[in-house]
Amino acid sequence: MCLGVPGKVLEVDGLVASVDFWGVRKQVRLDVVDAPVAPGDYVLNHVGFAIRRIPAEEGLATLKLYHDLLRKQGEEDDLMAADVRAEIEAAGPGWWRDCDKPL
Amino acid sequence: MTSPSERDALQLKFRDPERGKALVEKLAHLTESLGRSPVAVMHVCGSHEQAIARFGLRHVFPKALDVIMGPGCPVCITDVPEVDEGVALAQQGVRVATYGDMLKVPGSAGSLADARAGGAKVDIVYSVSQAVELAQKTNEEIVFFATGFETTAVATAAEILRGPPPNFSVLSAHKYIPPVMEIVAEMPDTRVEGFLAAGHAATITGWGVFEAFVERHHLPVVVAGFEPLDVLAGLVRLVELIHDKTPKVDNMYPRCVSREGNVVAQQQLWQVFRPLGGRWRGIAHVPNGNLRLRDEWAHLDARRRFHIDLARLWTFAPPTLVQHCICGDIMAGLKSPTDCSLFGKECLPDTPVGACMVSSEGTCKIWHQYGGHPELTRAVEVNP
Ligand code: SF4
Repeated sequence: MCLGVPGKVLEVDGLVASVDFWGVRKQVRLDVVDAPVAPGDYVLNHVGFAIRRIPAEEGLATLKLYHDLLRKQGEEDDLMAADVRAEIEAAGPGWWRDCDKPL
Repeated sequence: MTSPSERDALQLKFRDPERGKALVEKLAHLTESLGRSPVAVMHVCGSHEQAIARFGLRHVFPKALDVIMGPGCPVCITDVPEVDEGVALAQQGVRVATYGDMLKVPGSAGSLADARAGGAKVDIVYSVSQAVELAQKTNEEIVFFATGFETTAVATAAEILRGPPPNFSVLSAHKYIPPVMEIVAEMPDTRVEGFLAAGHAATITGWGVFEAFVERHHLPVVVAGFEPLDVLAGLVRLVELIHDKTPKVDNMYPRCVSREGNVVAQQQLWQVFRPLGGRWRGIAHVPNGNLRLRDEWAHLDARRRFHIDLARLWTFAPPTLVQHCICGDIMAGLKSPTDCSLFGKECLPDTPVGACMVSSEGTCKIWHQYGGHPELTRAVEVNP
């Protein structure tokens, strides 16, 4: 519950953004984010809510850790990776597109 | 989302072996120049411990530097009476929804998992929004057993402000991190000389919140991110501040944390919650450490909506092994999991005795899962 997960904003509809997390498209609420969010921005998602907008340039710098964690699917004893997946799961309704796709 | 060249640039910036090596050497040099051993610093975040254990960072930390995980696991510090309230509600027939980590946390007479095995309705959700959706789909009373620090508390606040359905209420066990750092700093036998503050909690509070702490305790605080190099860079800065005897707050995670923090989130947090003193499991009474619903949200407060019958739990015999659990001393930085006689024996992730073996952010579980003695396990990525 300490680790937020960044994703890339695809669309914004009022207080809900469609966000891409490594090929998983999910809905993230924008109620508590502190800056206007636009497609192309990154947001830090925490239990389904964006807690920070990360400008695109800086978003890239934030992604590498998560990419590494998510790359190895199915390692059950990797707590950090499991927490990252749970955070993505926490973002609202969505669907898996292509989990193996690179960033 | 990124092109190969962008990825290469990232690789360079964040996993640059040269940079990792330089940081490791600098950390060693700085620690040595302090001229004493061990020097203890504390981080207060389960994710920092995960990163340290997962990437084998203790392997490259100087021997003289003790990097301790403090009370940074929200599940671990949820107090026994709070778990009891959730268990009692579930046993009274109220449907309780909570984060998965809470399921196995022992109360005085068992956990929510035990209650569920006994027929109580306990749902696991990833987010408060899923608990609200559950309430929308049913006429049953749904209590969201809300745990976690400010990062999850703002989500609970946002859902309350949106106006959940009338059959939804909140049992708040939310905690607020800044006050507990004061408690650790004031412990008479504390060895902690500086704090690494958790990047994402500070995203909400801002790093300015730590200035008063530094003023009072003359201990430096550095905000750090979660990349292995972020953690290393944060520690280098922290030891530097200890060395220079210039206690101040430094932000090594500016891409996510600002001085004032997320003001919108703070407004919603304090509109819904008020700080209240209360016990943190195994630690102490923490003034202003608990977040409880304000009076205007009384109608959504499970503690006021229901008569929570704790007496019914007292018919169970209290577990005895738990008396040997030293979770509290571990979170206070006085002991490590390997000092516990039950670690990896009677106490295992599937059969946890104490709360620190339950959560993915608990020190005991992290150490157990990543090999028992994280400092001896693989050092990947940043190994010079
Ligand atoms: S190993 Fe288990 S019993 Fe020992 S301190 Fe950790 S949680 Fe408590």
